[in-house]
Amino acid sequence: MDWTGTMASIKAAWRREISAYFATPLAYVFIAIFLLVLGIFTWDLSRFFDTGAADLGPFFYWHPWLFMMFMPALAMRLWAEETNSGTAELLLSLPVNLPGLVIGKLLAAWSVAAFALILTFPWWITVNILGPADNAAIALTYFVSLIMAGAYLAIGAAVSALTRSAVLAFVIGVLIAFILTAAGWPLVSGAVADWLGPSAGDAVAQFSFLTHFETAQRGVLELRGLFFFLGFTTLCIALNTLFVAQRRAGAQ
Amino acid sequence: MLELKNLNKAFGDNVAVSALTFSLQKGEVLGFLGQNGAGKSTTMRMISGVLEPDSGDAVLNGHSIVSERREAQSQIGYLPEGAPLYRDMTPLAFLRFIADTHGLNRSGRNDAVDRVIADARIADVANQSIGSLSKGYRRRVGLAAALVNDPPILLLDEPTDGLDPIQKRAVRALVARMAPTKAIVISTHTLEEVPAMCSRVLVINNGMMVADDTPQALENRKPGGLEEVFISLANSHEAGAK
Ligand SMILES: Nc1ncnc2c1ncn2[C@@H]1O[C@H](COP(=O)(O)OP(=O)(O)O)[C@@H](O)[C@H]1O
Ligand SMILES: [Mg+2]
Repeated sequence: MDWTGTMASIKAAWRREISAYFATPLAYVFIAIFLLVLGIFTWDLSRFFDTGAADLGPFFYWHPWLFMMFMPALAMRLWAEETNSGTAELLLSLPVNLPGLVIGKLLAAWSVAAFALILTFPWWITVNILGPADNAAIALTYFVSLIMAGAYLAIGAAVSALTRSAVLAFVIGVLIAFILTAAGWPLVSGAVADWLGPSAGDAVAQFSFLTHFETAQRGVLELRGLFFFLGFTTLCIALNTLFVAQRRAGAQ
Repeated sequence: MLELKNLNKAFGDNVAVSALTFSLQKGEVLGFLGQNGAGKSTTMRMISGVLEPDSGDAVLNGHSIVSERREAQSQIGYLPEGAPLYRDMTPLAFLRFIADTHGLNRSGRNDAVDRVIADARIADVANQSIGSLSKGYRRRVGLAAALVNDPPILLLDEPTDGLDPIQKRAVRALVARMAPTKAIVISTHTLEEVPAMCSRVLVINNGMMVADDTPQALENRKPGGLEEVFISLANSHEAGAK
């Protein structure tokens, strides 16, 4: 393993993508809409203040469902745009480390997602005003939410390496993210359980982001869940690298 | 400096490059000639490590593109066809990015970027967004990027294509400045480029080499000059293929 080369590639790709996010209105628009939608859902749909409890449950409840839409949007152009504009050719001619590039790009998107999450801090302050809050549990849930965001982004990034159309990458990314989210939804896992038996329902739920995030929402740090998200992210990074490396063979 | 050994590439049934072998020394400027679809870009993409050859190898300053890809890639500057660039970046940020990918440290990076900005004569646009630049400037930004690592080998795929005469002259001047210290391959399908820039000409047709000569000797092969020679080389091979 060539560490300096990998680190140099990660750093180069991260810098380039961060500047791309903030050179265009993309990151700002993304963050603004994300905060707005999350606010509306938490406030209105979950009736945040009606419960009167000093609890961010209604806020975190929406994270997987919003990430499912927003993270593929953030990741869609990471590779599709390179293919479309021809810069992929330039990139592949440079003495870079391919996994390093893939990781650097993902980390850039992840940084924007982290920034968006940080900007939700008024919710955290609000629950502390409403009453004594379990801040350790909230911090933990935030942490797992960020890890989960990385897994959603990794799906979007990998899909983006398969097409030259960012829009197509977005649609397919959302579709895959939706399947992985909804599998843990009682409506879906229940239906699978009715159809194929309870163990099948459980098995399907075990692959769902929702299931693993729910444990974290209760303030419990479950290593299994953490490993699930990190393992899933690693798998997507490996696939992403493979998809890009595949181009050297010449099938475009 | 640059050595191609029996390079082959096919896309399905379409043979793009076939048994291409040649070597190039420092100080040589090779005009790589061929009609559209002759296999010029495919050859350059294999030399630059963008595309894997089906068989054969390219050795760049002692490093095999097949077995030591990244070392070999450090030996070249490559301008892909159409000079693709990140339009949202400024030339300065873009060149820093390229320097980063070559693993240069901060001071090495700044020196390299200053050097190529001066070489390519793009100082006055270095802080504008690339998307807003004229085609001539964009091409020079692409050339600057190819020079960041001060490579001994330069691969320029149609560097003057689509430029107006004044922009073409700027590119030619840059190539002339670089020529003494590097081995340079310039692909083109425009014949007028050849005597202006090249010390040697290699013509390919249907992926196969059909001539390797000096521009002068090639021109003297027929009374009609370079154009006649070029057309007859293209046709003779087509006839032979049938
Ligand atoms: N990625 C690709 N997939 C399939 N065929 C290709 C690809 N790239 C080039 N070709 C084919 O290979 C041949 C040579 O193309 P190319 O090297 O681009 O020619 P040139 O640069 O001389 O115009 C052409 O027939 C072209 O259609
Ligand atoms: Mg070409």
